[in-house]
Amino acid sequence: MDWLVTPFADSSVMQHALIAGALVSIACAVAGTFVILRGLAFIGDALAHGVLPGIAIAVLAGFSGILGAAIGAGVMIGGITLITRRSRLSSDTAIGLLFVGMLSLGVVIVSRSGSFSGDLTRILFGEILGIGVQSIIIQLVATVVILAIAAVCARPFLLLSFDPEQAQVAGFPVRLYHNVMLLMIALTVIVSFQTVGTLLVFGLLIAPAAAGALLARRIRVMMLLATLCGVLSVYVGLLISYHFDLAAGAAIILVTIVIFFLVFVVQNLRERRIPRRKESASV
Amino acid sequence: MSSLVKADGLNIGYGREVVVAEVAFELGSGEAFALIGTNGSGKSTLLKTVVGLLPAMGGRLSVFGGPPGHEHQRIAYLGQFHQSGFVLPIRAVDVVRMGRFPLHGLWRRMTRQDDEIVMASMRMMGIEKLAQTPLRSMSGGQQQRTYLAQVLAHQADLLVLDEPTSGLDAGGRELYLQAIDAELRRGASVLVATHDIQEEAALCHRVMLLARRVVALGPPAEVLTPEALLETFGVVVTGDRKLHVLEGRHGHEGPAKPPS
Repeated sequence: MDWLVTPFADSSVMQHALIAGALVSIACAVAGTFVILRGLAFIGDALAHGVLPGIAIAVLAGFSGILGAAIGAGVMIGGITLITRRSRLSSDTAIGLLFVGMLSLGVVIVSRSGSFSGDLTRILFGEILGIGVQSIIIQLVATVVILAIAAVCARPFLLLSFDPEQAQVAGFPVRLYHNVMLLMIALTVIVSFQTVGTLLVFGLLIAPAAAGALLARRIRVMMLLATLCGVLSVYVGLLISYHFDLAAGAAIILVTIVIFFLVFVVQNLRERRIPRRKESASV
Repeated sequence: MSSLVKADGLNIGYGREVVVAEVAFELGSGEAFALIGTNGSGKSTLLKTVVGLLPAMGGRLSVFGGPPGHEHQRIAYLGQFHQSGFVLPIRAVDVVRMGRFPLHGLWRRMTRQDDEIVMASMRMMGIEKLAQTPLRSMSGGQQQRTYLAQVLAHQADLLVLDEPTSGLDAGGRELYLQAIDAELRRGASVLVATHDIQEEAALCHRVMLLARRVVALGPPAEVLTPEALLETFGVVVTGDRKLHVLEGRHGHEGPAKPPS
């Protein structure tokens, strides 16, 4: 029992990490649900990396990383929209172009820094064990905003996920609500990178929501399961990191992926058993 | 009879390509109107233009006296393809409840009356026992019944249906016909695209034959001649038996049969 509790009982660093990680998990579960349902995984990944140059400039110039990430996300979404609307190229192509372009630009900018490797690692993998109270408050506010957006837009988001044409005819403009959804995902990435890094925030966006999608019959339940999966991953990941002296951010994401595959295997076994039961019942 | 939909010299299409030019028709209150034609004849394009998903490329089109897409509460639309796939965790009853969203917008709460309407719509399509079933576990025909129940739950003034009997078995088709009959008696209008002459056109007061142009327009008994159908479909698709069935079913002056 001590093994499970002690790390968090005595250390404010671990307490802050747990609280921040839990808040990131809630935000990622809500945004990630729509990333999965709308098939936006690629743009989620691109956003997670596309914010890199903005953060890199912020690191070098000494201003807020969140502001830099917001600028990066704005350039990313604006660029994708511009290419998609002004050419015959698909959004996937536009996302791919911006994705590698912004990632490369970020690395080039960071390479001008004296501590290239340290800065890059911090941006990509975050500093969950160095989270201060101010960052937790920012994460809390952002999580509340993300929950509010999801609550207010519950109907159009559901219709968009079901059938965009239905959403449009029902009086919920597809372009407007799609952009609101992208903003929600971007906000999640922007405020979460300090905790788990730009690379790992994508893991928390995708894996818990994907596990939830395998089990749930309702979107709310999917979000709840994704939240539980995310929070559990943060807790177990931090424990493993503490006891075995491993990188905390990466440990959290590895636990998330392991949970997804456990759910995946259990779900497949369950689905195999159900037809057998039906067969035996019909005999 | 006031016109819910009025098209005059209307050009429809995608991008810069006009699919059908010079479309002219009116759809009155309580009237059923069928668009009949082969794949690619312009049926879906016309429906999408009427509901405001596609812009008109020329001519005039008014829906409820205004531009298409401005009276969301009054139009229920059933498209040909649904994009939800197998990922969306949603039950049949949730899909049907979506039919009430246009009436409630972002904020207004669903009431007990909404739930009753939702369940009545599911009963109408014979899927009330599947209410809690995940959509992804349902067969194609059951899903189509669910989508139709969603349209019915809207209780709209205008039902715009694209291939509504696609995937339905004989029982499902009969329930669909009864449901549409009930909607017409409620005073709703129906605009339906189909290539199923035998069943769907039989419900309609007027039909339009489309083959990337308007081949014929008028009451089914006058329009659905072997010559016109040959011109529309390129083959003789109807024999005496089908025409006979069609004439026998047409009209719904009497009360509709209650749903079984």
